[in-house]
Amino acid sequence: MTSRKTSAVNRRTLLAGVGASAVAAAVPLRHGLAASKIKVGILLPRSGPQAQVGIDCQRGADVAPEVLGAMGYPEMEYILGDTETKVDVARAQAEKLIDAGAHIIVGAFDSGQTMAAAQVCEQKNIPLVVNIAAVTKLTELGYKWVFRNFPTGPMIVGDAFKNQKTLFAESGATPKSVALLHVNDTFGTSLSGALMALAPKFKMPYKIVEKIPYDPYGRDFSAEVRKVKAAKPEALWAVSRLNDAIAITKELVRQRVELMGILSTGPGWYEDPYLQATGKYGDDVISLVPWVDYKKEMARKMRDAYRKKFPDRSITANQGYTFDAVLIVADAFKRAGSTKNTDLQAALRTTNITNNTTIGKGIRFNEKGQVPYVPCGAVQNRDGKQLVVLPKFAAVAEPIWPMRPWRER
Amino acid sequence: MDPWTLANAVVSGLLIGLVYGLSALGLSVIFGVIRIVNFAHGEIMVVGMFFALLMFRWLGLDPLLSVPLAAALMFGFGYVLQLIVVSRVSHLPEHMQFLLLAAIAIMIVSALLLVFGPDAKGVQVGYAWDSFAFAELIVDYPKMFAAVAAIVVAALLLAFFKYTATGKAIRACADNRIGAQVVGLNVGRLYALTFGIGAACLGAAGAIILLLFEVHPYLAPGYTLLAFVIVIVGGLGSLFGALVGGILIGVSEALAAVLFQPSMKSAFSFALLILVLLLRPQGLLGKAVR
Repeated sequence: MTSRKTSAVNRRTLLAGVGASAVAAAVPLRHGLAASKIKVGILLPRSGPQAQVGIDCQRGADVAPEVLGAMGYPEMEYILGDTETKVDVARAQAEKLIDAGAHIIVGAFDSGQTMAAAQVCEQKNIPLVVNIAAVTKLTELGYKWVFRNFPTGPMIVGDAFKNQKTLFAESGATPKSVALLHVNDTFGTSLSGALMALAPKFKMPYKIVEKIPYDPYGRDFSAEVRKVKAAKPEALWAVSRLNDAIAITKELVRQRVELMGILSTGPGWYEDPYLQATGKYGDDVISLVPWVDYKKEMARKMRDAYRKKFPDRSITANQGYTFDAVLIVADAFKRAGSTKNTDLQAALRTTNITNNTTIGKGIRFNEKGQVPYVPCGAVQNRDGKQLVVLPKFAAVAEPIWPMRPWRER
Repeated sequence: MDPWTLANAVVSGLLIGLVYGLSALGLSVIFGVIRIVNFAHGEIMVVGMFFALLMFRWLGLDPLLSVPLAAALMFGFGYVLQLIVVSRVSHLPEHMQFLLLAAIAIMIVSALLLVFGPDAKGVQVGYAWDSFAFAELIVDYPKMFAAVAAIVVAALLLAFFKYTATGKAIRACADNRIGAQVVGLNVGRLYALTFGIGAACLGAAGAIILLLFEVHPYLAPGYTLLAFVIVIVGGLGSLFGALVGGILIGVSEALAAVLFQPSMKSAFSFALLILVLLLRPQGLLGKAVR
């Protein structure tokens, strides 16, 4: 019988150790290599109730590489993530994108889902460039890796008040009472909360006579509209999403609720499926929302590329702000010259873009990662098209106010 | 609260409740006879909605006129599904049956998404935006026509089970499967017929509901959940109970919305469900199991 002495470090453990060291060394390098291409995780609700808008956002991202590439911006590789319109899935998908090698994440359209993704990005030290999410606290929690070029709820509401005052003054028709109908989710409560809080500050000429929250998964909106009708408001202010906006419009017409106007601060009322479903009854609705400014060169370039790729689909804030988010990434990567997380973070902090696609002077982040003022427009539906009617510097048409009665259309 | 507002809410809840009840009938028929809980319930109904949408777009057919076609199509689908797939798992534990039908539901949603995309789509019939008024009571035509159609389909179904030989044979299977086999009934075929009839109900309900709401592939889970609430309130397996449950849920949701807040609608229907489960677990019109 022979015995063999084994040393504490044999060939196998040595190989395992070398392998482990190589893997350990490679992990930080993944984010540290100077690279000609950046991997961008695009996190959006591609399925579930918000799938339509998520896909619209993706369309904005889809045209960006072509437009930006022609302007000398570096190459980008997209890794796609689907939140399924669920906050918990958004969190898991953000982690998955980072594990898949994303150097930076763009997303996630919805406030709740973006908050979840932001927490992951903070933990993993990966920059998150928000395309659309209005909840104020997203950039108030001291996050170091979150950057947002989108108005917060108070900004949207503040501009909505300003644009309304201009609208009422110019048309000579001012409603004395308004009913607020809002979806009861993170986005809806955040925006309606800001609206209620800021209304006294802006000294609006009307009283909010009824505040009606409704279920985001609601089907039949007859009771909601009945409640609006019972309050007898002169105008309706809606914070909705697409399918509810269609259903609410149908009920307003069927229940013969005549209003001076419908004002919306949120998605739904300007989107293609809404315009197709409501036809002439969707006309005259005014959305007080962030929007694209075609007086800017970048917006026109995006529109040209978009029309070639998606001729049957309008451009809304969804495409515009997602395009701008990708532009922010491309610009930061170009200046950083590296995919290292801290380099990208530093470059994002010094962003200064004036030629973007959306209304406003441009994109510069403050110390919280928020563009301090992102102006909103007033967009009116007219013959199935969305026309900017305010502010004057971005307007392409005069507003119709009060709106035409349902039976005279 | 203005009494007309309440009256409007009750009438609207009643009309929509009848349509909800018809959709829940499909679930009740299948469970009452085959004892399988159809987790693809909402998805089958949404297929009916898309079918009616295509009929409208291709042939200009009003969804109400598509009801028999949608019912026939979904009958065939349900019949084949039971015969080829569901019958093979009927002897397996319940959770495996659930998984199978949940998998079918996911496949249906994926297929619909592939074909139609995620956008909401609807029909623009001539009366889509019309309503009539009786004093302060306003009733919209689409909802009224939908409720009438739901009553007609439900009445036909109840008559089928009460007066036809096949209907009686299916009821015999539901009452005593072994006994039905002993007297020579082809239980396998009758089960396939039952699943087909349940699916036909959903096809019809889908075509009718298209008059009221836009359709998109993700609509289904909400309707599946709603149907479960309705049949549990009305009594699982009771056809008439499903209609009563639908009306109760429709009216209670409408009243909750106007008396409290619209965001409380679901809370009220689930509160009703809990109340029924506590006080009468077999449902309002269901038979107690001993």
